[in-house]
Amino acid sequence: METTIEKTKKLTGSKAMIQALEQEMTIDDSIFIMGEDVGKYGGIFGSTTGLYSMFGKERVMDTPISETGFIGAAIGAAAEGLRPVVELMFVDFHGVAMDQIYNHMAKIQYMSGGRVKLPIVLMTAVGGGYSDAAQHSQTLYASFGHLPGLKVVAPTFPYDIKGMLISAIRDDNPVIFMFHKTLQGLGWMDQLEASLGEVPENAYAIPLNRAKVVKQGKDITIVGAQMMTVEALKAAEELAKKGIDAEVIDLRSIKPIDKETILKSVAKTHHLLVVDEDYLSYGITAEISAIVASEGFNSLNAPIGRLAIPDVPIPYSRVMEKFVIPNSEKIVEAVLKIVTV
Amino acid sequence: MFINDCGHFLPLQALVILYINFSIMNNIRKKDLLWMYRVMKTSRYFEERMEKAYLEGKQPVFNIGAGPVPGEMHLSNGQEPAAAGMIVHLTKNDTVTATHRPHHEAIAKGVDLKKMTAEIFGKKTGLSKGKGGHMHLFDPNVKFSCGGIVGAGIPHAAGAALANKKRNTNWVAVAFIGDGATNTGAFHESLNLAALWKLPLIVVVEDNSWGISVAKKDSTSVPFNCIRAKSYDINGYYVKKNNPIEMYRDSKEAIDRARNGEGPSIIEIQTDRYLGHFQGDPEFYRNKDEVAALRAKDPIEKLKKKLIKESYITVQELSTIDSLIIKEVDKAYEFAKHSEYPKPEEALGDVFC
Repeated sequence: METTIEKTKKLTGSKAMIQALEQEMTIDDSIFIMGEDVGKYGGIFGSTTGLYSMFGKERVMDTPISETGFIGAAIGAAAEGLRPVVELMFVDFHGVAMDQIYNHMAKIQYMSGGRVKLPIVLMTAVGGGYSDAAQHSQTLYASFGHLPGLKVVAPTFPYDIKGMLISAIRDDNPVIFMFHKTLQGLGWMDQLEASLGEVPENAYAIPLNRAKVVKQGKDITIVGAQMMTVEALKAAEELAKKGIDAEVIDLRSIKPIDKETILKSVAKTHHLLVVDEDYLSYGITAEISAIVASEGFNSLNAPIGRLAIPDVPIPYSRVMEKFVIPNSEKIVEAVLKIVTV
Repeated sequence: MFINDCGHFLPLQALVILYINFSIMNNIRKKDLLWMYRVMKTSRYFEERMEKAYLEGKQPVFNIGAGPVPGEMHLSNGQEPAAAGMIVHLTKNDTVTATHRPHHEAIAKGVDLKKMTAEIFGKKTGLSKGKGGHMHLFDPNVKFSCGGIVGAGIPHAAGAALANKKRNTNWVAVAFIGDGATNTGAFHESLNLAALWKLPLIVVVEDNSWGISVAKKDSTSVPFNCIRAKSYDINGYYVKKNNPIEMYRDSKEAIDRARNGEGPSIIEIQTDRYLGHFQGDPEFYRNKDEVAALRAKDPIEKLKKKLIKESYITVQELSTIDSLIIKEVDKAYEFAKHSEYPKPEEALGDVFC
């Protein structure tokens, strides 16, 4: 249930995260945060700023660079009934601790026949576009979405960021909460309008399994998440000038994926383009294409379009990075190949 | 110094050993001392230029993605003694792995300076044709690599050491890491392997007291990693006060042992990070006076004074060396700036060979 509350404030993505954490930690003593530089520094991407001074070092814990250790410890603490919120700075760093995540965090609920619950939120930053190269620029939605037992969310706008982080904290399952660096509204990155939005001051929860139509349209459905949603909205404005009325869906949840919203939209527009900042093969574009091809095939008037990183690591040099990450121009180009004006 | 029994290591004892060590330091060959000076100075000047180049296009409003050198930038100003004192003993056949803060080691290992600079500027003429960037420098010609994941280079160095041993060479492998990396699983697993198989591996821990914003004392259960060396039954050394000469001596001993089949060592050097974790780091976690105090004991200036005072070199000769360094580094920057960018579609190459 999405509830709207009248009193709102303009917040950035990172401030929306902080507010969600603060409000939930205030009402639930079992919640604690741990991760690298989450304490005094306040999170490299500003997701915990101020919480250390508010809640103290017992509840906002700086960790050593012992990633298998502290992510594994979150599992142990959660099994004992605490509700750890763990941050691992960049999604790229998860390789180090992946066994704890994919063999343990994701499977213990199942392997225990539902007897052990792991209410963990694992927060991490995704995204490229600022030349941080191959080991700091990935958007690994699919690597986590592939694994049964993990909920994976990737909200775009501050309103959804706050509401979905609250839901993630309240959820008794492990939730991978991906936030996009460029959408955090950080002073040292690109300044985007999308990183600022009206956010209700009270706590509210947004379901972890619902996509959202962020622009209505009738000619083609464009599905994206985070920066790809932002680029799709930009593309939609360009397309409107060419007489194409695009509908844009912000995925918000990678897993579970909201088939209903996508199928309903394609039934209306008869055309589909899926855009992803993750790699092309076996990713979101493949998953959504498969869903629509098998469950909405008759709605389609043209082959499905897929835009994603073309199966190469993210290159450092700006010209090459720009070439591999989808943007609004590439979206417009792709749409024009699908929809005949 | 070699810490024989870490469990009883006391600061007072350390001072006594330090004093004895200083009194015999004149054994070092002039050639090596000058090499170390040249490398440290080159690295420092290279990074001072980089600090400026990095800010181009990022002022007055800082934007990490803007300017000729976009992305994160981790500079090693202050940490040069670690690289110089160790790599002075290495040859082209020895392997070095480094971290996200790699320039001082890359320069010491003899990575092509022009190509390295061009890589950092994202140019086609760079070491990796612009694909790697400053955190991912690879120069197989001099067996140098580095990477952006903390601790990840240690097992790679252990693997190089394994290859050296299998092929019956006396080549060694050196993994440079920060003190933060000593808390990764990779550190402990690699050291156990290396100790078990008596690999010619040396792990150099650059202890700059900080893992981004978290102080060493808040992240590491022991004050010195030589204590951990004991648990692997290997040699552990602790170099105090960012001293390149002590680093030289301990490195020599560790390398000699490794070349003689006596197995791995850990050398931890107390060193200083003058700048933030990355350029643009607000650094509100440490006092500004701390950095000023560190700069006041700069190891390059100290070495320079020593070289002159002890008549290794004249002021005139040293200034000739300095101007040659400036010329070489400036040439590398000119080369980088005037090189072409890759074509966008070149992004698709090199995924497979």
